[in-house]
Amino acid sequence: MTDRISISVTVNGATHTADVEPRLLLADFIRENLDLTGTHVGCEHGICGACTILMNGDSVRSCLTLAVQADGAEIETVENLGDAENLGPLQQAFREHHALQCGFCTPGMLMTATDMLRKYPLETDEDIRDGLSGNICRCTGYQHIVDAVRAARDERDAK
Amino acid sequence: MKPAPFDYLRAASLDEAVAALAANTGAKVIAGGQSLVPMLNFRLVDAPLFVDISGIDGLSGISETEDGGIRIGALTRHFDLETSAVIGDRYPVLHEAMKHVAHLAIRNRGTIGGSLSHADPAAELPAMAVLLDAEIVAKGPGGERRIMARDFFEAPLTTKLAPDEIVTAVELPSLPAGTGWGFEELAQRRGDFAVAGVAALVADGNARIAVFGAHDMPLRATKAEQAFGSDGIDAAVAALRAEIDPSDDLHGSADYRRHLAGVLCKRALQSAMNRAGA
Repeated sequence: MTDRISISVTVNGATHTADVEPRLLLADFIRENLDLTGTHVGCEHGICGACTILMNGDSVRSCLTLAVQADGAEIETVENLGDAENLGPLQQAFREHHALQCGFCTPGMLMTATDMLRKYPLETDEDIRDGLSGNICRCTGYQHIVDAVRAARDERDAK
Repeated sequence: MKPAPFDYLRAASLDEAVAALAANTGAKVIAGGQSLVPMLNFRLVDAPLFVDISGIDGLSGISETEDGGIRIGALTRHFDLETSAVIGDRYPVLHEAMKHVAHLAIRNRGTIGGSLSHADPAAELPAMAVLLDAEIVAKGPGGERRIMARDFFEAPLTTKLAPDEIVTAVELPSLPAGTGWGFEELAQRRGDFAVAGVAALVADGNARIAVFGAHDMPLRATKAEQAFGSDGIDAAVAALRAEIDPSDDLHGSADYRRHLAGVLCKRALQSAMNRAGA
């Protein structure tokens, strides 16, 4: 049996300490230990993007990160973007453009788009599609997701 | 799936990491984990101990070397390479290649040392290392050694690294003035591994050509380079198709890859020739 390791992780502003197995994935720590089930686990090998979160401000696959590697990190999950009564701007854009059907991929899309909007100009739809290419939507509603991210880009650029 | 149990050590120094690898048979290095953790999740890789080097100071960053080249620390993240002004200025072919490396969330975590150590034959960075005549710096119990990229890759996912050696940096010699470049890749989606890719440099009528995704290793296509120098672009394409040994998979047959690599080679060489001497 391997030794558990003590970690301290700040998630959505609250600091949590826990003793975890080294093999515990950050996605499972977030979902199972912290009950933050907005972060979804799809493929568990970095292809689908559903588990994307922000770690120290950068989008990260939480299924490709060990919880022990997040020791000392600041994590943001989809729960931090807003809630049902107070949607964040990107969530509002998704709502207005019908950018979700079943919603399984949505948390990963939102976290990925949050990082894309911070890091890239996203001048064209092709840029937006390239940026979203690491997130799979099984309902294949990509057009509306692109529409929502474009609207969020326009809102960003108007400021 | 979930990884099998393992022990984990967050190394505070390179010496501690090397000592831990030397003292624990089967121990492996983890840094960004973007190639390793998928294999752990599939249980394709198993080790009693993973030594995390990502907290070690001094292993990341891009700096100029005394002989005019560039040194890239092993822990430099793909996103930092992608957005580096000095890389964009000095090695535009590498700047272009970085746009094709996986997706933003993976580029935020993945490291150049990890990509080279993992040695995926369809990945961009190993091909860039052989194209740019990179020297890979590794540290083990016996000290530091340097390995030319063209000697570093032995087989798919296999390098010359000893089990207790860690890549610490990659050094790129400067390119001749007026070097033109071309980079061509076909992937199923932007950011996926290449079905095939070819990068080329042209200076003073001589070409360097590197192939990925269409051979069992990142390949410097030296026969195609010679053919280019003596007989031009079409001869280079023909030589390249004879030189590579692609394999079949669900994305394409070996014959398709051989054809595709030739098409991409021609485009990459044309771009490089058009940009050369500017």
